Amino acid sequence: MTRGRTNIFAITGLHVVVALLALVVITPLLWLVCAAFKNGFDLFSYAFVPWGHLDHLTLDNFRMLAREQPFFRWMANSVFLTCLQTVLVVTFSSMGGFALAKYRFFGRRLAMVLMGLTMLLPSQVLLPSMYELVYHLGWMNSYAAIVVPGCMSVFGIFLFHQAMGGVPDELLWAARVDGCSEIRLWWEISLPIVRPMTGAFTLMSFLGAWNSFLWPQIVLQDARKFTLPIGLASLLGLPEYQAHYGILMAGTMLAIVPVVVVFFVLQKDFIAGLSSGAIKG
Amino acid sequence: MAQRTWAAQQRWAPYLFLLPFGAVFAVFFAYPLGRSLVLSLYNTAGPRAQRFVGLHNYRFLLTDRVFWLACANTVAYTIAFLIIQIPIALGLALLLNNPRLRARNIFRFCFFSTYLVGQVFVAVVFAILLDGQQGLLGQAMRWFGLPAVDFLGDPRFALSGVLLAGVWLATGFGMIYLLAALQAVDQELYEAADVDGAGKWSRFIHITLPGVLPVLLFLVLVGTVGGFQLFELPYVLFQGAGPNYSVLTIVMYLFMTGFEGGNLGYASAIGWMLVLLIAIFSLGQVWILRRVVK
Repeated sequence: MTRGRTNIFAITGLHVVVALLALVVITPLLWLVCAAFKNGFDLFSYAFVPWGHLDHLTLDNFRMLAREQPFFRWMANSVFLTCLQTVLVVTFSSMGGFALAKYRFFGRRLAMVLMGLTMLLPSQVLLPSMYELVYHLGWMNSYAAIVVPGCMSVFGIFLFHQAMGGVPDELLWAARVDGCSEIRLWWEISLPIVRPMTGAFTLMSFLGAWNSFLWPQIVLQDARKFTLPIGLASLLGLPEYQAHYGILMAGTMLAIVPVVVVFFVLQKDFIAGLSSGAIKG
Repeated sequence: MAQRTWAAQQRWAPYLFLLPFGAVFAVFFAYPLGRSLVLSLYNTAGPRAQRFVGLHNYRFLLTDRVFWLACANTVAYTIAFLIIQIPIALGLALLLNNPRLRARNIFRFCFFSTYLVGQVFVAVVFAILLDGQQGLLGQAMRWFGLPAVDFLGDPRFALSGVLLAGVWLATGFGMIYLLAALQAVDQELYEAADVDGAGKWSRFIHITLPGVLPVLLFLVLVGTVGGFQLFELPYVLFQGAGPNYSVLTIVMYLFMTGFEGGNLGYASAIGWMLVLLIAIFSLGQVWILRRVVK
């Protein structure tokens, strides 16, 4: 058995290799954080931090971001849209998944087949006709065009259908005998049981909504209604910002922070969801 | 009486639960899907001016050299992406799965963290990192004595620049799935292999690889579908199609014809070609891989 003679060199080597790889991977993010605090002169003259002149580090980029651009407005727009969309899509998907998993009703088969067929369909094929529809509804430049289609997810229904299948029928029947209404069967009994799945899907939906670019880019025209991805991408295109990369980096850094926070809150569920529900599918 | 309301409640509950989803699905998925088939038979200038042209859009697509260029770029990206991403993700997962590794959760988070950064934000950062003259990558390459490559200006390297960003973004995602799969592999198999005196390589081939195969197939499929839908990364990185259309993708061409050019009909036809290509590639992969497994 090799386990008997623990090779200290092999273990140290393993840690060194993994740590170096991790460092390489997060270098762009480290660079981003450094760039956000550097002034324009130091941005490219020092690869990361100007060690000799730590007093050069500055919050000017953030100040200018607040002063010259509607950045915090975009941030507020993004937070509002993403939260609303995530809550709605998780609620509706879990309701639908519960219905498909725990009831036998007319049309159930058809619904399952229909959704199965649309799973692999690239959503981009819908862009032109969605644009036409939204245009005729008078929803151009309005958040309804983003939130209403965004509160539906076939993938979410599938995930919840799979997870809710594990809720024991006996439990539901016992609750019914005790006078529990159908809606409480979903909310108070089934949802807590599929908590890991809920956490994983919440994280996925949040990520998707927060980072969404193409559809909002088509629908939103007024710069004050922009979300962070569209706003920052538009800054990159402006000629005067060629020299102000620091501001752009400060904005990008702030745009990533909320996602990291949400990830830390939900990461246990996410990992659990990965190894239970999502992989079986 | 109570019995009856009870039964009625149970009978109608599933429909009510599915109502919000179903309503949105019908109006914002099923209808646009059918409508886009119809729309692809029209030439349009914005949502108002439309002219029926039959199958002309599809015929034109077959001879549209820009479209085929977009296809070539997209397919090249997707294949290169899979060839690079999957082995790296598997290698990282194997390293992290070593039982003697301390602080596994911290490392796992480091590798996965890139996936939390949205494509647009990755593109904004890489637009500056890849800058030929001043960017960090150029500086690092010069430091190692390599010739600086202009990823953003040279059409020969533009797609590699996108690839670099794409692999950086998604490898941690693959790793986290593979790690979960590795941890689910039955440990008794390894102990049995130890008893049989199997070497490291044969353990990898005969136990580890079959154990993670479903996840590998899943990642190939996800990577293919995702690769074919590539848009944000190159579009933001190059503020368009790049030098000589070198990073033009299918979705970018759809976006440009439909929303910058205003021809929603032709854009719909491009969309349906994308559907067709994804169907062919993903079903083909499933078919080939099934045979390989058998």
